Amino acid sequence: MTRTLRLVRRRLVGSVFVLLIVVVGSFLMLEAAPGDAVDAYVVSMGGDAGLVEALRHSWGLDQSIWTRLANYLWALLHLDLGWSVTFSRPIRDVVLERLPNTLLLMGSATALSFFLGSALGIVAGARPGSLRDRLLSTGSLALYAVPSFWLALVLVIVFAVDLRWLPIAGIETIASNKTGLARAADIAWHLVLPVSALGFIYLALYLRMMRAGMAEVWRQDFILAARARGLPRRRIVLAHVARNALLPLVTMLGLQSAQMLGGSVVIESVFSVPGLGRLAQEAVAGRDTPLLLGIILVSAVTVVLINLAVDIAYALLDPRVGANEATA
Amino acid sequence: MPDFSLSRRSLLASSAALMASTALPRFAWAQTPKAGGRLVVAADSEPRNLNPAIVASNGVFFVSSKVIETLAEADYTAKDQLAPRLATSWEGAADGRSVTFKLREGVTWHDGKPFTAADVAFSALEVWKPLQNLGRTVFKDLEAVETPDDHTAVFKFSKPTPFQLVRNALPALSSVVPKHLYEGTRIEENPANNAPVGTGPFKFAEYKAGQYYRLEKNPAYWEKDQPYLDEIIYQVLPDRTSAANALEAGEIQLAAFSAVPLADLERISKVPGLTVVTKGYEGLTYQLVVEINHRRKELANLKVRQAIAHAIDKNFVVKTVFLGYAHAATGPVPANDPQFYTPDVETYPFDVAKANALLDAAGYKKGADGTRFSLRLLPAPYFNETKQFGDYLRQALAAVGIDAQLVNNDSAAHIKAVYTDHAFDLAVGPPVFRGDPAISTTILVQSGIPDGVPFSNQGGYKNAEIDAIIEKASEELDAEKRTELYREFQKKVAADLPLINVAEWSFTSVASDKVRNIANNPRWAVSNWADTWLAE
Repeated sequence: MTRTLRLVRRRLVGSVFVLLIVVVGSFLMLEAAPGDAVDAYVVSMGGDAGLVEALRHSWGLDQSIWTRLANYLWALLHLDLGWSVTFSRPIRDVVLERLPNTLLLMGSATALSFFLGSALGIVAGARPGSLRDRLLSTGSLALYAVPSFWLALVLVIVFAVDLRWLPIAGIETIASNKTGLARAADIAWHLVLPVSALGFIYLALYLRMMRAGMAEVWRQDFILAARARGLPRRRIVLAHVARNALLPLVTMLGLQSAQMLGGSVVIESVFSVPGLGRLAQEAVAGRDTPLLLGIILVSAVTVVLINLAVDIAYALLDPRVGANEATA
Repeated sequence: MPDFSLSRRSLLASSAALMASTALPRFAWAQTPKAGGRLVVAADSEPRNLNPAIVASNGVFFVSSKVIETLAEADYTAKDQLAPRLATSWEGAADGRSVTFKLREGVTWHDGKPFTAADVAFSALEVWKPLQNLGRTVFKDLEAVETPDDHTAVFKFSKPTPFQLVRNALPALSSVVPKHLYEGTRIEENPANNAPVGTGPFKFAEYKAGQYYRLEKNPAYWEKDQPYLDEIIYQVLPDRTSAANALEAGEIQLAAFSAVPLADLERISKVPGLTVVTKGYEGLTYQLVVEINHRRKELANLKVRQAIAHAIDKNFVVKTVFLGYAHAATGPVPANDPQFYTPDVETYPFDVAKANALLDAAGYKKGADGTRFSLRLLPAPYFNETKQFGDYLRQALAAVGIDAQLVNNDSAAHIKAVYTDHAFDLAVGPPVFRGDPAISTTILVQSGIPDGVPFSNQGGYKNAEIDAIIEKASEELDAEKRTELYREFQKKVAADLPLINVAEWSFTSVASDKVRNIANNPRWAVSNWADTWLAE
């Protein structure tokens, strides 16, 4: 147990530096983009010289970039994410309101791609080179090659516009006053298409990894031994081959969580899901630097936490991992 | 065939004829409206402020015009094209120093307090004049608003202010907000800006960021039996394809402001139960213009500007970029404006040979590589059509030996590059015409505007003659003489080309056949929808 705790501590200390680099880097990058929050404001709201100056002053944009960065970091130290000028609300509220939607979307999509992907991978890897294997491998590759927005649009046209089985957009039925289980079911119903669009593309990744890992394991001596012992094939596949091929998939799970956050920008826009991805897009368009930083921070923390969980799972699954760190 | 070509003028004429020949009230041949129902509308953006008294823009009006009313609304047939709302009559004094509004009696705010002249006085003096993007111009000389009784408001101006301008400004600039909620607060930060309280047919009920706005029926509305709808929901659909899909699937009943892209209109018009409507936006005309940076020596030469004007095939632009949903422009006032437009100006028919000759005459001969000079071209990113016209313009200029380098920016970057940094040679912009040149098109031509003012003359153009006309028109009290001055303005602009007007267009709506009484005034999408109803 101390081994795991030490691992957690080491990771958290490392994460603080990662987060600091992410924050400062993103701040400077958004500052380098031409135009500021006031420019973005007058695009939609109009304005004259007096208004533009007054806004720059009241939003603190007339201060130098370093003063603003220092102010931001100082506030951040006090766990204050700042004020969003695009939404006229505290950034913490804006971000926390959207975070559950993105986590729900991302989590469901990850679960879909992980479980279905590895299950299909086992089917394919059970007999490498079989017709089943070749069909699944080619099919998954084709799916992986498809851009997510395209898949999303096709799913919408087929299942929402033509067949009308599923809703087109949104996270839940608007102004329906549903509560409790009925609301949960409604949200799940609305998530079917976005989760499929996001999840099916990554499914191929797990399928192929599982299959490749299994093909590798099949050649190991202990499999030969298992066969020699006369174990049933089903048992060899599940208990020996698949189990040993599973570890890299867990690593992948951590890495991929960051990618899913990126992919959700597109999916959230297509399906009008009020999540962090869409919010990030609005923050960039509105040049709302503190809002974007808030989103990036929350996302980075999420990714760090997921990876930490993966590391812990890994340490639990494979006693060899972390053994060196524990003795060091 | 889109019926966009129907101008407001011809529409006026035909409906007037119809009225005269039948001499029947409108409802005699319209169906009897049915009360009840929820109208779900697509919204492609979420305005950050819903107070139309501060931000007089279409994005804000789209939602808030149902909640907060103006003194008068645009109308196809009424006198001066104005229908009464919170004001029942308006009259300007001969000396241009006062305007008297008679206000509607028996009107209450959504919170139950009575609406009085004090609310109008407060809105005008504390909001429109100091804070509103357009009111800062029109009401700059407003000195006081006298309220001899609860239902009379007399606007007093320190300098003569044309009544024609005040009248034309009423539909967009005169949103009245409740004094009792705003007085003594910082108006820009008042919470009512995001949850407006008004006198309109609908009350603001709920806003879920990223999802929807919900308005509900105001049972105490002053117009008897109205509104008909129980609820209006604006569903936020940021993706360009969502609105069309949601209409087809019957999830929404209306997509206004061209939420369905032009390229999809033909397909969607064939879907049973859906109609493409091009009317109801006559008062919201957009102008496609080429903004010119006159600091660039080549462009300071009139011959070069004339050559560019001749190089643009306006009809091709209307057909290809706008798929026919637009008009070729002749000058700085759109042809569908009923008061000011004159076609009697210098025109520049598409003529590549003439453009080449003009450029040669200006002294910019083609080099060995076939180009005369290079310039930066910045199309505004706000509309698909402005970007596509940018691509077209690049090719059109290449045909006359001008090498245009396209610079594509997002909105914030474009605004900064053009209106603050002047880092452009040509830009493509979509200014909106607001029914009076004083609050729209003149700002693109007039000199002496400080750097950084968006959507204004930032091209360094200065023409004393044009400035003088604009100045004179801003003080001219006689409507006819004032109109004549703006006709003169159009001629001068068309002759000297401080900018090039290419086309005029407006929006389209796609609606379910069940939505009735739509597009029945020239600013329908941003009017109050009190008489809109849903058929079975």
